[in-house]
Amino acid sequence: MPSLPVIEKDVERRAEQANPGGAFDPAPADSGNLALFDYLLRLGDDSLILGQRLSEWCGHAPSVEVDLSLANFALDLVGQATFFLDYAGKVENAGRDGDRLAFHRDVLDYRNCLMVEQPNGDFARTMARQFLFSTWQKMLFEHLTGSADQHIAAVAAKAVKEVAYHEELSAEWVIRLGDGTDESRARMIDGIDWVWRFVPELFDMDEVASAMAAQGIGADLAAFRADYDRKVHSVLEAATLEVPNDQRPILGGRTGHHSEHLGHILSTMQFLPRAYPDAAW
Amino acid sequence: MVSLASDQSGTNEDLWAVLESVPDPEIPAVSLVDLGIVREVSADRVVLTPTYTGCPATLVIEQDVRTALDAAGFGHVRIETTLSPPWTTDWITDAGKAKLRAYGIAPPLAAGERAVACPQCGSTETKEISRFGSTPCKAQWQCDACLEPFDLFKCH
Repeated sequence: MPSLPVIEKDVERRAEQANPGGAFDPAPADSGNLALFDYLLRLGDDSLILGQRLSEWCGHAPSVEVDLSLANFALDLVGQATFFLDYAGKVENAGRDGDRLAFHRDVLDYRNCLMVEQPNGDFARTMARQFLFSTWQKMLFEHLTGSADQHIAAVAAKAVKEVAYHEELSAEWVIRLGDGTDESRARMIDGIDWVWRFVPELFDMDEVASAMAAQGIGADLAAFRADYDRKVHSVLEAATLEVPNDQRPILGGRTGHHSEHLGHILSTMQFLPRAYPDAAW
Repeated sequence: MVSLASDQSGTNEDLWAVLESVPDPEIPAVSLVDLGIVREVSADRVVLTPTYTGCPATLVIEQDVRTALDAAGFGHVRIETTLSPPWTTDWITDAGKAKLRAYGIAPPLAAGERAVACPQCGSTETKEISRFGSTPCKAQWQCDACLEPFDLFKCH
């Protein structure tokens, strides 16, 4: 059994004082648009990281139709990320565009939720993650179509049509596998059980989320929690699966405190532009 | 290089004609105008809208439009992109739908239409194989009458 790493007292103390921007960096200079920038990174990073994850299935999915579906999901998500991150770059106004933000930002500066960076696992776990995420993202985008920020509203109105497919297809797979063979059922139970712990973070109204909601730019996540639960429960019921017990929520992604998995994704995703910064298509 | 002398010579009709001649890079049977992604044309700008946020053809489309405009003497006309209102398959023209069908792609169902007709034999005894196909905008279907697989342009 390997022993747990020892955390130095000093590190613990600094971590307690660290700002929510992640790591031990000094707090970034305050600006009226800081919360908006951060919010856009959340929207963009969720889509970007899940898109990158899903693209790992390319050539490996159980059938060619599923392979195409997952590649199409990934394409939609990366497309959404491009719009959100390009806009984030404009808001930040420091000369960074979407590509720069995607390929030259370090792991602690990523703002995606922990759910999307989790490894694909088997096909059931990937579908469980997709279902619990896309159901949330669709409701989020529906709310954001009424955002006071016209650009966010426009991207959301565009993207919600795409995410509707993601939700529908993944819900079908949750039902098919859950209400399938002993093997598929066991795997879907494992998948839902694993992803369940990352759901509370999706609805966490921290400072940035609250500030954005108060300005009418972001969504009040609590407003659709009941709808989300209803939808998820109905699909689990159709899949003849039990609703798992609530687990201790795991938070941190929105403030840059990620699981070990994100760094590995970025090392693949960012390798080329970092090794050859002047590379062009 | 195109001379700016042609600045004011073109009318909107000429511009539409140029755009009508630019094929969609992934479904070359239809033009960008057929597809309904040209949203606005005026003396100095053309407004396009993407079909899907991640559609890889978006950039190619813009380059193709630029090339066609330049070649027709509309070098001064800007190309802009808008997301809102979001593109819908309702904007595909009737001519565009006919061209899709002739090309072997079932056009998106119109409001009130229930059955997908096979673009090969016309039978409505058809079934979905996969909701996703070779591009984000298409699903894979099969005809039970002639057994041919075909693409359906998804309602979106």
